[in-house]
Amino acid sequence: MNSSITPYPPVLEIENLSISYNDGVAHRRVVHDVSFRIEPGEVVALVGESGSGKTTTAQSIIGLLSANGRIEGGNIKLNGTDISRWSDRQLDTVRGAKISLVPQDPASSLNPVKTIGAQVGEILRIHGAASGRDVEPQVISLLERVGLSEPALRARQYPHELSGGMRQRVLIAIAIALKPQLIIADEPTSALDVTVQKRILDLIDELRTEYGTSVLLVTHDLGVAADRADRLVVLQGGRIQELGATKVVLAAPRSAYTRQLIVDAPSFSAVARKAPATAREKPVPSDDDVVIVEGLVQDFVRSDGDGKSFRAVDGLSFRVRRGTTHSIVGESGSGKTTTIRAIVGFQKPTAGSIEIDGTDLSQLRGETLRQFRRKIQLVYQNPYGSLDPRQAVFDIVAEPLLNFGRLARPAREEKVRAILNRVGLPEAALSRRPHALSGGQRQRVAIARALVLDPDVVVLDEAVSALDVTVQARILDLLDELQRDLGLTYLFVSHDLAVVRQISDTISVLKDGRLVDGGTVEDVFERPGSDYTRELINAIPGQKRAALV
Amino acid sequence: MSGYLLNRLGQALFVLWAAFTISFVLLQAMPGDAVLIKFQNPELGLNPQQIADIRASYAADSAIWVQYLQTIGRFLTGNFGYSVQAGVPVSTMLAAHLPATLKLASLGFILAAVFAVAIAFVSSLTPFAWLRGAIQSVPSLFISIPTFWLGIMLIQIFSFRLKLVPVINPGPWQELILPVITLAVPIAAPLAQVLVRNIDDVLTRPFVAVARAKGATRHWVLWRHVAKNALLPTLTIAGVLFGELIAGAVVTETVFGLNGIGGLTERAVGSQDAAVLQAIVVLSALAFVIINLIVDLLFPVLDPRLRTKAGATA
Repeated sequence: MNSSITPYPPVLEIENLSISYNDGVAHRRVVHDVSFRIEPGEVVALVGESGSGKTTTAQSIIGLLSANGRIEGGNIKLNGTDISRWSDRQLDTVRGAKISLVPQDPASSLNPVKTIGAQVGEILRIHGAASGRDVEPQVISLLERVGLSEPALRARQYPHELSGGMRQRVLIAIAIALKPQLIIADEPTSALDVTVQKRILDLIDELRTEYGTSVLLVTHDLGVAADRADRLVVLQGGRIQELGATKVVLAAPRSAYTRQLIVDAPSFSAVARKAPATAREKPVPSDDDVVIVEGLVQDFVRSDGDGKSFRAVDGLSFRVRRGTTHSIVGESGSGKTTTIRAIVGFQKPTAGSIEIDGTDLSQLRGETLRQFRRKIQLVYQNPYGSLDPRQAVFDIVAEPLLNFGRLARPAREEKVRAILNRVGLPEAALSRRPHALSGGQRQRVAIARALVLDPDVVVLDEAVSALDVTVQARILDLLDELQRDLGLTYLFVSHDLAVVRQISDTISVLKDGRLVDGGTVEDVFERPGSDYTRELINAIPGQKRAALV
Repeated sequence: MSGYLLNRLGQALFVLWAAFTISFVLLQAMPGDAVLIKFQNPELGLNPQQIADIRASYAADSAIWVQYLQTIGRFLTGNFGYSVQAGVPVSTMLAAHLPATLKLASLGFILAAVFAVAIAFVSSLTPFAWLRGAIQSVPSLFISIPTFWLGIMLIQIFSFRLKLVPVINPGPWQELILPVITLAVPIAAPLAQVLVRNIDDVLTRPFVAVARAKGATRHWVLWRHVAKNALLPTLTIAGVLFGELIAGAVVTETVFGLNGIGGLTERAVGSQDAAVLQAIVVLSALAFVIINLIVDLLFPVLDPRLRTKAGATA
């Protein structure tokens, strides 16, 4: 591994790095003897699931471990100098100038009460690269460089006036301002829509080539890593599982964990997870449409009170057959959430009709609407926010039973146990509270809660988006199995086309509230009817590998 | 924006009306009244018939809703009536006592803000955990001190023991030193607590990490990124604490024998001088409403997120 013949030292060399967190009782080690290097101009991806130590490792490089974190051993060499034991004051000279950071969540990574210009100019001022009147022109040229339109106007705007993609461009402008040798990109695109994600990653690539900067790409998405990185470092439980050139690792993974990651990554699986709907055994007649949406229109009155309305969904129609999965795909603001809120009866459509299992939703009010909700249940995106932290799992799952009908306690208990068993949760989980469960387990609880009422239709609103790939794969397996056994109909809302391709029978692609494409999975993916759908499909990460294999 | 302003103004007017009405009802519900207290005094030697005549001249016996409407009508034209006890217009009394209270309250509030900001920022900047803990326990201590006790203790220590502040014939500013401190302490405490919590909260936000990644020092981050974000929610508390300030002024002025609205209130309560009390309640409510209105209007100025015409995003 030690190649002393290289003319330049590696930009970054990490040797036997160990990091621990003080959890109040003891120091718990989360990174164990991690070693890797990044050569000038190279992109190295640090891949792993949540808890793998990838973010901790990245934070330690730039000296931003949280207060209870501590480097236990090893070295972090920047251009051959060990900076792992440097004081904050010493690190301040390196941060921003030699190493910079592109953070994960552009929404909260900019100060909401300062202008874009002030925040980009700040890095120039801190390092004395510009002062006074010289700052503004430099800021504007940086904003222009990262592809923002009207850079002079953007400099005067505040973060909330920019979209997520624009904010991430601003953060990239800050990161490249002083032409650092290393950019740490910590999940730079996981909070963005796929098409925006692709453009941002392209931008990082382009700037890297232009400035010769090295990039440490921290990601949970093997597809993104495969497309962008020269070399991969696969982390699990704080230990390196595999390290090597991207092509080599993907073509012939040596560790079982990497193999599992590749199998589970939705962007790599060219084939559908399940057999096409037609080939599967149907428990019911196939022409039985359980969800019929006809000409759905949803207007919202703008909150600034000028009386103008905003059309979130515009004339949407689709049908879903019983026992199949229909996916609603689109980027943020495309109207997918509005559509499902109307379908579950949370809001009255402005126009159009929705029929669920033969019931016209517009006829339902008050108690009949409440009773109708038994038939259609929701599983939300965030398994952390959608479970009451003060309720035990048993109570969470039993609550819908209390809301509908008077089931005696023993019968209720039996039902809850059965359903928890069905979704693969251990008996011991019954008395636990959500915080004691993992993300995947929580989502299983949420699914159990939805299924306990024996609904016909389950709406899955980005239900697997917040989960790690391997957990995601298990939940998708579970959903598939439940659908086959119980004849459930799924309405799957997602921005992730790779997942959608795997699990759907039919798809509706939404853009700005309109249906731009619809039909079976094969139709939409093989013969996309609109440029937008084509753009979405092309933006799915992991295609480099698909071409490779 | 104009809708927001009208809405807030409407709320303010409602609060004023409610304060007036509730205090009116409560003052009427008290047994006895100012006229009885003043003229039933045996030394005056008035017989019941004469007292009844005087009561009639004050219209103290007319129906309560007639009195209510008359009083509200007078208040709307700026006429606060006469003090039964002092025999002068209430507005004259208020004008005489208001300046002292305004001076005490504004200085007290400024000092409270200085205390709170100092506690919060010093504790955030200190590199020593023990010092941080010590400084952060100060607000809880402050909150548990009763105002009257603190006032008496300050006089004991600084005036009688250390003889730093004269009690007899103090200068116009000297006489304010101890009352201002007494008033500031119980207000500074909750402000500091909220501020400390806000600073801790803002420090965990991703944009702070981004600022650190730019190479900014801890001081730079605290002053240029954390301060404004942490102070914004504190502003709301500051508006609400203004009520505390009014209550604190009554006790403080009584303890220190200051001739302000607080002292006036104390005497008016003793003599059930309804007209004076009514005016003081409305005046306090007005001050409270105006301060909170200013806070509400200040928010969009300080926080750019509240400035834009909320763009509908689905």
